[in-house]
Amino acid sequence: MAFLKKVGFFWGGIVVSLVIFAVVQFLLSNGTLDLFYENTLVYMAINIILAVSLHLIIGITGQFSIGHAGFLAVGAYASAIITMKLELPFPLALLVGGIVAALAGFVIGFPSLRLRGDYLAIATLGFGEIVRIAFLNVDYVGGASGMMVEHFTTWPWVFGCMLVTILVILNFTRSTHGRACISIREDETAADAMGINTTYYKVLAFMIGAFFAGVAGGLFAHNFYIIQPSNFGFLKSFDILIFVVLGGLGSLSGAVISAILLTVISAFLQDYPETRMIIYSLVLIIVMLYRPRGLMGTKEITSLFSRKKKSKGGAKDGQSETVA
Amino acid sequence: MDKAKPLLNVENLGISFGGLRAVQGVDLQLFSKEMVGLIGPNGAGKTTFFNMLTGVYEPTEGTIMLGNRKLNGLSPYKITQGGISRTFQNIRLFGELSVIDNVKVAYHSQAKHSLLSSIIRLPQHFNGEREMEEKALAFLEIFQLQRFKDEKAKNLPYGQQRRLEIARALAASPKLLLLDEPAAGMNPQETKELMNLIALIRETFELTVLLIEHDMPLVMGVCERIYVLDHGQLIAQGTPTEIKNNPKVIEAYLGEEVS
Repeated sequence: MAFLKKVGFFWGGIVVSLVIFAVVQFLLSNGTLDLFYENTLVYMAINIILAVSLHLIIGITGQFSIGHAGFLAVGAYASAIITMKLELPFPLALLVGGIVAALAGFVIGFPSLRLRGDYLAIATLGFGEIVRIAFLNVDYVGGASGMMVEHFTTWPWVFGCMLVTILVILNFTRSTHGRACISIREDETAADAMGINTTYYKVLAFMIGAFFAGVAGGLFAHNFYIIQPSNFGFLKSFDILIFVVLGGLGSLSGAVISAILLTVISAFLQDYPETRMIIYSLVLIIVMLYRPRGLMGTKEITSLFSRKKKSKGGAKDGQSETVA
Repeated sequence: MDKAKPLLNVENLGISFGGLRAVQGVDLQLFSKEMVGLIGPNGAGKTTFFNMLTGVYEPTEGTIMLGNRKLNGLSPYKITQGGISRTFQNIRLFGELSVIDNVKVAYHSQAKHSLLSSIIRLPQHFNGEREMEEKALAFLEIFQLQRFKDEKAKNLPYGQQRRLEIARALAASPKLLLLDEPAAGMNPQETKELMNLIALIRETFELTVLLIEHDMPLVMGVCERIYVLDHGQLIAQGTPTEIKNNPKVIEAYLGEEVS
């Protein structure tokens, strides 16, 4: 039964997302949704990839990393070099962007994941800034004036990448490997004492997160015709961090929901440039006041459905206990 | 008893933190399937000793041998995989994980399915996870925790949390189990249940157990031999009766007699 239910959620999720994809694709192709909406949708999907990949690092493994824009930048520049300088195909560029970002994740993760809490946050923040300043000073990629990139990113591409990201991270989390990561978040000393190679899993989570941030970077680069180091400052890192915290640390669906919500809010607030940041900040403050553990807490959206069933069955459990 | 080769052989073990010598010159042997107690006043270095055995601290002098393997300087997870498992003085469960998942984490190092098989959901993954689930459930049944299996570990009552921690430590399939004050904070009834449980564990799993405990009736009741630590040094060892009447031990616990 439980197995069937899990499979049901899985295929249900796939079907729902394919329906969403088909509907949006249809509306885009017949022109109901104009360029502004398409751009918002693409941007939303990229943000979901970023939020979910950082969710794996912060929400699941408990490593407070605030340099995620660094991986985004590495992926963006690496993939732009592949398509623009080497003139290789776009899918390869996405893959290379991800791989190069994952390698960057290894290089930064291996030494700095020995640090805990605040120290790790500062080290990753430093990494993000180093990446930005490095690209600022490399003439091969255009320095401060940026790099011209062709527009390749389309709705099917971002949607496909988003789906793969969510599936991979969900499958990872719901396996013994994901449990190992959660045990590190809960109590690193105890995880170590239970035979978990904590360094391996911290670096692994960091690399998987960085890989998908790199893929997001590739999509981001090929969406806006130009990339500049200033796109990847630490404010960008904080934007991604906000998705994860607002959604609820440890909740993947929370990260997705808050990425959607905040992208929509900031897209529609573009009409009111003078009050935009005030309203955006107010939304954040109100959410944190009323839902201090984030929109979803640590729960997933699927538990909202199973909870109802459980509460019906709960009385039975109680009875059997009193009999025994 | 000396005829057999000890399972755990600790020689001249010591550790200094800066100028403080927390533990020094400890010799200790544990033989297969033995139940040994380690007692001593607060601050005697008992937990520090445990932390050296499990790799949390690296000893500054002496050797620790488990069978033929030297454990000095190994990381904790390797020592656990090598056969030493422990519980903690202040319970350290994975609070947000369910009770059964806590046990599954301890099985992780024996898991047969790879990372890739989990990510693309090969049959290997489902078989591996099912096997873990069955093994973990079997453990929960021994500890009578199966009805809490989907409860978050942090929501369990205190006594059950202690039981779960022992279950989790056993799931790592150790040869040697270290229990750090398992009866701390328990009422006499719970302590009695714990004693029965420990006896049951030894029968079922044929383990060697090293137990730190302040509850003297418990230690005297279940241990075959007892080591006494005071100010980082071993001051006595022997059977419970010998320890009870050892003047050095009485002095360490009650202070010197005023003459």
